[in-house]
Amino acid sequence: MVLKAFFPTCCASADSGLLVGRWVPEQSSAVVLAVVHFPFIPIQVKELLAQVQQASRVGVAVLGTWCHRRQESEESLGHFLEGLGAIFSHEPWLQLCRERGSKFWSCKATHRQVPASLGAPGQDQVMLIFYDQRKVLLSQLHPPAALPDHQAGDATASAGGLAAVFDTVARSEVLFRSDQFDEGPVRLSHWQSEGVEASILVELAKQASGPICLLLACLLSLISAASTSRVFKLWPLSFIWSKLSTCEQLRHRLGQLTLIFSTQKAENPAQLMRKANMLVSVFLDVALGLALLSWLHGKDRIGQLADALVPVADHVAEELQHLLQWLMGAPAGLKMNRALDQVLGRFFLYHIHLWISYIHLMSPFIERILWHLGLSACLGLTVALSILSDIIALLTFHIYCFYVYGARLYCMKICGLSSLWRLFRGKKWNVLRQRVDSCSYDLDQLFIGTLLFTILVFLLPTTALYYLVFTLGLIHLLVDLVNSLPLYSLGLRLCRPYRLAAGVKFRVLEHEAGRPLRLLMQEVKVQTSRFSLTRPNAG
Amino acid sequence: SLRSLTAVTCTVWLAAYGLFTLCENSMILSAAIFITLLGLLGYLHFVKIDQETLLIIDSLGIQMTSSYASGKESTTFIEMGKVKDLVINEAIYMQKVIYYLCILLKDPVEPHGISQVVPVFQSAKPRLDCLIEVYRSCQEILAHQKATSASP
Repeated sequence: MVLKAFFPTCCASADSGLLVGRWVPEQSSAVVLAVVHFPFIPIQVKELLAQVQQASRVGVAVLGTWCHRRQESEESLGHFLEGLGAIFSHEPWLQLCRERGSKFWSCKATHRQVPASLGAPGQDQVMLIFYDQRKVLLSQLHPPAALPDHQAGDATASAGGLAAVFDTVARSEVLFRSDQFDEGPVRLSHWQSEGVEASILVELAKQASGPICLLLACLLSLISAASTSRVFKLWPLSFIWSKLSTCEQLRHRLGQLTLIFSTQKAENPAQLMRKANMLVSVFLDVALGLALLSWLHGKDRIGQLADALVPVADHVAEELQHLLQWLMGAPAGLKMNRALDQVLGRFFLYHIHLWISYIHLMSPFIERILWHLGLSACLGLTVALSILSDIIALLTFHIYCFYVYGARLYCMKICGLSSLWRLFRGKKWNVLRQRVDSCSYDLDQLFIGTLLFTILVFLLPTTALYYLVFTLGLIHLLVDLVNSLPLYSLGLRLCRPYRLAAGVKFRVLEHEAGRPLRLLMQEVKVQTSRFSLTRPNAG
Repeated sequence: SLRSLTAVTCTVWLAAYGLFTLCENSMILSAAIFITLLGLLGYLHFVKIDQETLLIIDSLGIQMTSSYASGKESTTFIEMGKVKDLVINEAIYMQKVIYYLCILLKDPVEPHGISQVVPVFQSAKPRLDCLIEVYRSCQEILAHQKATSASP
């Protein structure tokens, strides 16, 4: 098989030295992790590798030599490097060589112990694949650590492949901890040799997050225990709780916060992503809610809102009355059944009258209530929106009533119509078998059935019109939308694209006959639609 | 194609002009131009595929790239361990018989089963003679790969 050498792009300009990495025999690939520069003492190199192997459980070894010729007259270096093969024995021994300023490399892989009967030369064909260590390390394309524990053999070999390469790089993080400014016995070259990447804020946050998480988890468990107590299960409280979308929202928020602050660590990258997503969305929510709060409380906006509310309700009632008068007449030129029309119209008008008197009764208290409800915006914008939707639902309760009446009436009518239509055709609904069967009716049954059917058919337009006019429902969509925006994924995609890699792609670099094939391995960005986050149910 | 693009643009602009004569609001015309431009950009970026490439690397895998007219490239890479075979499939579509090249993927559970069929060159849809050439060169590489992987 062709020998695949995975070479980090950061080491392509490094000085000559030894190649350190892992050899994966099933894939016949050598993953180079770092380059050890001269001068070095072989014993110390072996010690360092043993340490790394113990810490990361990755079989790190010296894979070969790397020669970067600066001037023409460095032949002695070449011979010296070949001699190193005797000290660090590895099967196969890789020798990569590059001229300064040239794009083409020469690679040799020699087998020491090749049985003479094979007759094949002791060399293999080598294919170079460049990879960006930083991106592979941070891209979380590697499988979870549980995979190597499965039964070894074909399963891991076929499922591994490139995943094994990424896994190697990810697990040997301990090798990348020292940079060129450290005074160690051995000088390494890898992606962090210019300086280890770290951030003080991140470290501080990590230290502080432990006790804070614990405290918050205790608080939240107290609150959730209190909310599930027996008091709230009594009717009618439980009925009200289930109907108000505010409570649904609060419950959802509580669930989210509990998950975020739970003291368990996330098992795999998907869970971590979900947790982080939730945290960022909660933060954004609270920030927007606080902004809304400050906007509301300035300039006496609440008073203005309260003053504007009652006239708006009056106006809405007037419009409804106009609408009903229109329906009771000849709406859009359709001729309605006069008696039914008058009954329904007068019924609804009476409702509106009741409602308006109720609103007028409530008007002194509205400002106080609004002020207190405005405070709840600090829990988050979604909570404020859900409260708004509840208020609107309460204010338009009469319209909701109309809708319910209209819907019920329409439903009953359709039921009756379908049953009588079956009678008209001589069939019946068999409840036992859940299907339509033929049935022989008596003459008087048929007569009455046909009469009723005719009556219902001619009353159908009226009820259908009343039903259609009062169908509503919109604010729930808005709350749903704000809740389930995958904000973290979006933000991450903008800031650090390699964190969300979905796969790899290869690009063939310039190729010369006789030289090894060179490929560049790059990450492929994930589509945001593939991410599934927990969506809350509509309240 | 040019004809369908012109047809769509003409219909959109005629409709906009008709609305304009009704409403006397010039915003409709600028909105129509805007919509046409956006639609064209969207079409170039998401729909029109300029070039499709199939790259087979022995012992690594198969990579399929589609490059769109706006320069966007979408890549799929399949590791060699998952590839069972590459075949030309025949399909009867309405009144004609079409041929397409596809990659068969191995089933991890069943050693002789096929888990997925991935068609290649879905937008270019080359004809049978072209497909046969591609098939021959691919089979050479796959045969070589199978021979070398059988001997460890």
